[in-house]
Amino acid sequence: MGAAPSVQLVPMPSDTPAKSRAYGWFGRSSASVGLRVAAGLVALLSILPLGYLVVRAFEVGPEAISILFRPRSLQVLTNTILLTLAVTATSTVIGVGLAWLTSRTDLPGRNLWAAILCLPLVLPSYVGAFALIAALGPNGMLQRLLSPLGVERLPSIYGFFGAWLALSLFAYPYVLLSVRAGLRGLDPSLEDAARSLGRTGREVFREIILPHLRPSIGAGALLVALYTLSDFGAVSLLQFNAFTREIYVQYSAALDRSAAAVLSLMLVGLTAVILWIEARTRGRARYYRSSAGSIRRQKVSRLGPWKLPALVFCSVVSFLALGIPLLVTGYWLASGWGAGEQLGSQWGLIFNSVTASGLASAGAVLAALPVVIYAVRHPGSSSRVIERAAYIGHALPGIVVALSLVFFGARYAPFFYQTLFMLVLAYTVLFLPLALGTLRASMLQISPRTEEVARTLGRTSRDVFATITLPQLRPGLWMGMALVFLSCMKELPASLILGPTGFQTLATRIWGATEEAFFARAAAPALILVVVSAISLALLLRHEDDALAS
Amino acid sequence: MMYGEFKSRLGLRLLGVVFVLLVASGCGSRSGDSNLLTIYSGRSEDLIAPLISRFSEQTGIKVRVRYGGTAELAATILEEGGNSPADVFFAQDASSLGALNRAGRLAPLPAPLLDLVAPRFRSPDGTWVGISGRARVLVYNTHRLSPEELPTDLEDLVRPEWRGRVGWAPINASFQSFITALRVTEGEEWTKDWLVAMRANQPRSYARNTAIIQAVASGEIDAGLSNHYYLYVLGRDTALAAKNHVLSRGSLMNVAGVGMLTTSRRADAAKVFVQFLLSPEAQQYITETTFEYPLVASAPVNPILPAVEEKELPDLDLNRLEDLEGTLRLLQDLGIL
Repeated sequence: MGAAPSVQLVPMPSDTPAKSRAYGWFGRSSASVGLRVAAGLVALLSILPLGYLVVRAFEVGPEAISILFRPRSLQVLTNTILLTLAVTATSTVIGVGLAWLTSRTDLPGRNLWAAILCLPLVLPSYVGAFALIAALGPNGMLQRLLSPLGVERLPSIYGFFGAWLALSLFAYPYVLLSVRAGLRGLDPSLEDAARSLGRTGREVFREIILPHLRPSIGAGALLVALYTLSDFGAVSLLQFNAFTREIYVQYSAALDRSAAAVLSLMLVGLTAVILWIEARTRGRARYYRSSAGSIRRQKVSRLGPWKLPALVFCSVVSFLALGIPLLVTGYWLASGWGAGEQLGSQWGLIFNSVTASGLASAGAVLAALPVVIYAVRHPGSSSRVIERAAYIGHALPGIVVALSLVFFGARYAPFFYQTLFMLVLAYTVLFLPLALGTLRASMLQISPRTEEVARTLGRTSRDVFATITLPQLRPGLWMGMALVFLSCMKELPASLILGPTGFQTLATRIWGATEEAFFARAAAPALILVVVSAISLALLLRHEDDALAS
Repeated sequence: MMYGEFKSRLGLRLLGVVFVLLVASGCGSRSGDSNLLTIYSGRSEDLIAPLISRFSEQTGIKVRVRYGGTAELAATILEEGGNSPADVFFAQDASSLGALNRAGRLAPLPAPLLDLVAPRFRSPDGTWVGISGRARVLVYNTHRLSPEELPTDLEDLVRPEWRGRVGWAPINASFQSFITALRVTEGEEWTKDWLVAMRANQPRSYARNTAIIQAVASGEIDAGLSNHYYLYVLGRDTALAAKNHVLSRGSLMNVAGVGMLTTSRRADAAKVFVQFLLSPEAQQYITETTFEYPLVASAPVNPILPAVEEKELPDLDLNRLEDLEGTLRLLQDLGIL
């Protein structure tokens, strides 16, 4: 085969060097104690909410069983499953399509499109859903536009349709970002080889690119599914009875923490099933190059006659997911100015939001590193359990995670309780999987052989990590940090409950103002949230290129 | 490669160091807590912050406030247990205060303060006191409905002519308190029958009261069951084609109130705060800014509010609104929630 690397995915036999030989974190043993302890601690932190739920659920005793099996709970379970399936499928199709268009085609302005199309991620779902209702709801903007044409009533946005639309529109960027990182790390020589063997562009996409993207698509889709499970804003405003809404009702109506805990445990069960399915589809293929090759610029496909449809697709998605929310917030802002509303200084809010989110994104990536290295380089039941455990916090509604940290923090760590540290910890528990997914996809693309070779040349494990592993992890590292950062910027329940008292973020400010219908006052922080997040995204997409060029 | 190596290692270490430093600085920010009065406020910052700064100016007591949803904050206080940093809980409804009281978390307030407010608007054991009143009303679209067409009784809403024209917010805590009140004043049977008949009349559900007001004003629905003040809150900037109407049955007056925690280390300052909220100045601010009813008998009511005569109100002890779980079960069994 010469320089052409193998093009198909090779199932990894159980005695491959990757498993049996020494690939320590900083050590020589099969998995150094340091790595295992670090990964274990992260997993322990992630299952704290589960511990809290078990404590609370036990309080109701046998009644817990009746809550589990009453027809209503099963109805909510069915609703949640249907919504999760529909949103995940839709977001994956949109996300993969857009990732391909914005990174591997000659789409005009593709970098700009990439930035714009990632932005819906920064919108808090309660703002996004609110804007969708204002635009597409009964007597909304669209209906008023259409009423001269004799349209009396639009199909209702409330219920399954609205929740599906809103969540798909706000969650597809997870797939987009993750698949973009995957595409960047893909070895172009594989495609060249396939082409030289006579494959057409479409066949290359189907047979080479798509299978190699499976980890990144899987990671993105998993995040979408967990986002759907844990979101409260969209399902409550659009009136779809999913688990989060049901759990919230238990808290808000009856302050019944035990019933809420039983329902949350059902949600954890559902999450476990989703994680199991995702693990099953992962397989044991390897995704790194088996022989030496040089890093080259990625191939760019010509869209030709598809250019216009591609542009229309990008425009429609960005208009629905970003344009509508921006128009509605802009309208709020304008009407507020018209009414002489004082907007006041927002610098403190920006500083707080960026500090807490920045720390959390660093924290989440640092926490994700040992878990990912352990899981990818030492596959086995314990590393699998640890990696999967880290996902639990992300599937639970923010209020549940926040209350569990209140429970443990106020009791056992009063010194840390309601400090910035506590808030950063909560963000890390909530959003760790965002970093895990992208890091894992990057890690899978690094050949263990390169690390092995470096070690045989006398480099220490520490050196190998710093010179071989870390530089190649950079695309995933940046992506993970960005995803965590953007999610923290809009996070609400933990920010309200666990931040230092009086510590306000852009998100809490937006929420506080909309709560009493001060829409104009909510508009300024909402737009700032989008701008600040857009800037950080732009920086990130630039780094994406740096990482590739180096 | 050497440069890249240097950069990656330095980068990661720098990240770690910055992380630790910033976190450490964040932890330090809690020093000096003991001088501050800590308020957990389920009432929004936009409405209450100016009032709280006036309190600090007048009394010299420094305050820090955690704003959040009333139910979330109540749950937080319950989970915090004995280590709760909160001194005072300022809640948007009586039921959250009742829940804290049942858990033994509220300390008795001084009798002279309690006596400022009618007994029906405070806890009988003196652990919390109402600060402002929120009436349950029917808000209606003034273009679609004339005053003569309005129902007089809650029961009228189940008539066929109201089919599909009325909005409500079953997920909202204020609606659930309202149903609990009906169960107490009208009885379980009546409430259940009314809910069944209402459900058959296909009311439109909304997530919150403000959404109902907007739907009424835009003509999406003709009328909706809401708390009275949202109409004025939303009408601050724009004139709305909507008005409040007081029904003869179901005109619950719920309260926003305040309680002091048993774990407070600043009980004296907490009492001063409660006293301030019941002062003429604060009562006037509340009725003018938040459009609620002042609960201190001598305080003047904002003239734009609909008159609610105390004798028209059902004879209801707000502490009896505690069975929210029963209401929840009822609403869930009927498929309304």
